[in-house]
Amino acid sequence: MHQGIPLHYFLIVSTLMFFIGIFGFLTRRNLITILMSIELILNSVNINFVVFNRYLFPHKLQGHFFSMIVIAIAAAEAAVAIAIIINIYRNFRSIEVGKVDEMKH
Amino acid sequence: MHGYAYTVYILLIPFIIFIFLGLFGNRFKPMFSGIVGSAGLLVSFILSLTTAYRYFFASAPGEDGYTAIIAMNAVWLRLTETLHIDMGILLDPISVMMLIVITTVSLMVHIYSIGYMKGERGYERFFSFLSLFTFSMLGLVVAANIFQMYIFWELVGVSSYLLIGFYYQRPSAVAASKKAFIVTRFADLGFLIGILVLSFTTGTFDFQTLTDPAGPAVTHAGGATFLGLSVITWSLILVFMGGAGKSAMFPLHIWLPDAMEGPTPVSALIHAATMVVAGVYLVARMFPVYALAGIPALNVVAYVGGFTSLFAAVIACTQLDIKRVLAYSTMSQIGYMMLALGVARYGGHEGLGFMASMFHLFTHAMFKALLFLCAGAVIHAVHTNYMNEMGGLRKYLPITHITFLVACLTIAGIPTFAGFFSKDEILAAAWHHNKFLFFVEYIVAGLTAFYMFRLYFSIFQGKQAHYHHVPQEAPYVMTIPLMLLALVSVFSGFIPFHSLVTSDGLHLDTRIEWGVAIPSVLIAVAGIGVAAVMYRKESALPERMASTFRHLYTWSYHKFYIDEVYLFITKKVIFRYISTPVAWFDRHVVDGTINGIAWVIVSASQKVKGLQSGQLQQYALVFVSGAVLLILVFICLLY
Repeated sequence: MHQGIPLHYFLIVSTLMFFIGIFGFLTRRNLITILMSIELILNSVNINFVVFNRYLFPHKLQGHFFSMIVIAIAAAEAAVAIAIIINIYRNFRSIEVGKVDEMKH
Repeated sequence: MHGYAYTVYILLIPFIIFIFLGLFGNRFKPMFSGIVGSAGLLVSFILSLTTAYRYFFASAPGEDGYTAIIAMNAVWLRLTETLHIDMGILLDPISVMMLIVITTVSLMVHIYSIGYMKGERGYERFFSFLSLFTFSMLGLVVAANIFQMYIFWELVGVSSYLLIGFYYQRPSAVAASKKAFIVTRFADLGFLIGILVLSFTTGTFDFQTLTDPAGPAVTHAGGATFLGLSVITWSLILVFMGGAGKSAMFPLHIWLPDAMEGPTPVSALIHAATMVVAGVYLVARMFPVYALAGIPALNVVAYVGGFTSLFAAVIACTQLDIKRVLAYSTMSQIGYMMLALGVARYGGHEGLGFMASMFHLFTHAMFKALLFLCAGAVIHAVHTNYMNEMGGLRKYLPITHITFLVACLTIAGIPTFAGFFSKDEILAAAWHHNKFLFFVEYIVAGLTAFYMFRLYFSIFQGKQAHYHHVPQEAPYVMTIPLMLLALVSVFSGFIPFHSLVTSDGLHLDTRIEWGVAIPSVLIAVAGIGVAAVMYRKESALPERMASTFRHLYTWSYHKFYIDEVYLFITKKVIFRYISTPVAWFDRHVVDGTINGIAWVIVSASQKVKGLQSGQLQQYALVFVSGAVLLILVFICLLY
C-alpha cells in the first residue's frame, strides 16, 4: 500500500472536488444543481476522512465510521431537500433560486 | 374654622354642574340643563347672601374693623418652607362683596339665558361654560394667595374665550375669541412676572402676609432699585399690567369691543359685570402694598384709568352697534374705578377712593348687567345690533323700556339712583387728591350721560323704524331678571358701603359733598339734554355736528385707529422684521440640520440595505470569501 498512490494525490482530488462544489453552490441558479454541489462538497470531505484514516491511523476505524454517518445524513438531506424543491416547484412553477423571493422586503 | 367652612360649596356647586352638564348634558332635554344650572346658582347665591349677612351684620365689627378670615386653606405645592402655593378661601369685605356681585349677576344671567338661548344649538354647552366661568370667577375672588388667584385668573380667561367663541361657525366670533385670549394672555405675562418678582422679594405668595402693613412687602420697599423705582414698585406695575389686560384698560382694551361677538348674556356676565372688573379687584386686593410701598405704581393706575375713561367715552359717542356702545361704556366706567383706586391712599379718609371704587364696582355690575340684558332683549325682538335700524320701540317693549331707562339714569348719575352715590364718592376722592383727573372725570360724566341717552332715544324714541315683523316683548323668564336688576340698581345706592368696605376695614365717615355732586348732576342733565335735542326727534343736527367736527368724528368712529396701529405693529413690524427671519432660521437652519441628519441616515441605509438581499448564495459567497481571506491571513502570519 505504501508504495501505491501517495497521500497528496487523494488530497488534490478531494480539494478539487470541494472547490468545484463550492463554485457550483455559489454560481448555479438551479436548485437541483445546488443540491448536487452540496453532495460534491460532502463527498470530498468523505474522501478526506477515509484517506486520513487509512494513511495516518491504519489500525483505527473512526474515519470510516464518520464517513458512513456523513453518507447517511447526506441521503436524508437529499430526501428532505428534494421534497422541498418539489414543493417550491409546485408553488412557483420554477426552481430558480432567484425567483423564490416572496419574503423579500 | 370660624364656621365658614361651608363657603367652599359656593365654589363647588358651579364646578360640579359644569362637569355634570359638560359630560351628560346632551342626554337630557335642553331646558333641563338651564334649570339645573340656575338652581345650582340659586343655592350658591343663597349661601353667598348668608355669608355676607353673617360676615357684615351678624356680629358687630371689633376694634380693627372687619378682619380677614381664612375659611379654608390647604397646602397645594410646597416650594420652600415659607414659599408655598395654597388653595384657600379668604373672606374679607371685598371678597364677600364680590361673592354677592358674582352670584347675583350670574343667577340673573342664568335665568335670562333660559329664555334668550332657547332653540340655540349647544344649549347645554352654553350652561356648562357659564358654570365653569362662575366657578373660576368665584375662585378668583376668594383666592387666599396671589398664585391661586393667577390660576383662577387664567381659568376665567379660558371660559371667556370659550363663551366669546360660542358661535364657532361664525368666523368673526372665532377671531374675536382668539383676539381676547391672546391680548389678555399677553397682559398676563406681565402679571406672572410681577408675581415672580414680588414673591422673590418678599418670600411669600400669601395675601395676608403681603398686604400686612408691617409685612415684608412694605418693609422691603426701600430695597433694590431699577430705573429709579424700587423693585416692589416695578412688580406692582407688572401686576397692574395683568389687571389692565383683563379690565380692558388702554392700550390693552382692543379685545373687549370684539368680545361682543359672544351671546348677549355672556357679555352681560363676563364682559360687563364680573370678569372685566377682575383687574380692579386685583389692585384692590393688593391695595395696601400699592398704597404703602408703590405710590408711583398707584399713579400709573390713576392715569391709565383716567385716560381710558375719557378715551372710551369719546368712542362710545359715535358707535352704532348698541353692544359696542355698552362695551366702551364699560371700559369708561372701569376707568373710573381704576382712577378711584389710584387716587386713594391707605387708611382713614385718605382711603375714600378705595371705598368709592368698590362701591362703584358693585353698582356698576348691577346696572351694566341690566343694560346688557336689556340690549339682549332688544336684539331678541328686532334681530339687529345697529341702533340706526331701531327706533320707537317703547310701545312694543314696555318692560325693557322702563328697565333700560332706569339703568341709563343710574349710569348717568341722577340722584337717588345708585350710580349717583358711587360716582359722587369717586369724584369727591378725585377732588381731594388730583384736580386734573377730577376735571377729566367731569367731562366723562357729561359724555356718559350723552351717549347713554343717545342710545336710549335712538332705540326707544324717535322715528319708528321699519321692522320685518312686529317686535314682541321678551318672555317673563327674561323680563323678571331685568326687573330684579332694575330694583337693585335703584336701591343699592343706599347700602352703607362706607362702613362695610374700606381700605383698612374701619368705619369711614362720608357724606355727600354737594359742592362736587351738584355740578356733576348738572353736567349729566346737560348731557341728557343734548342727547334729547339731537336724537329724540329725527333731525339733521347729528349730521351737522358730525360734519362740523369731522376729524374728531371720524377718529372716534374708527376707535382712534388703535386696531390699525396694532395691526401695523404686528403685521408690518413684528411679522416682517422679527417673525419672518426667525421663521426662516427655524425652517432652514434648525429644520435643515435635523433633515440633513435624517437624509444622511436614509441614504446610508439605502446603501446598506442591498447587503440584506435574502439570497442565500450571496451570503454564502461572502462567508466563503471571508473564510478564504482568514485562511490567507493565518497563512501569512504563520509563515
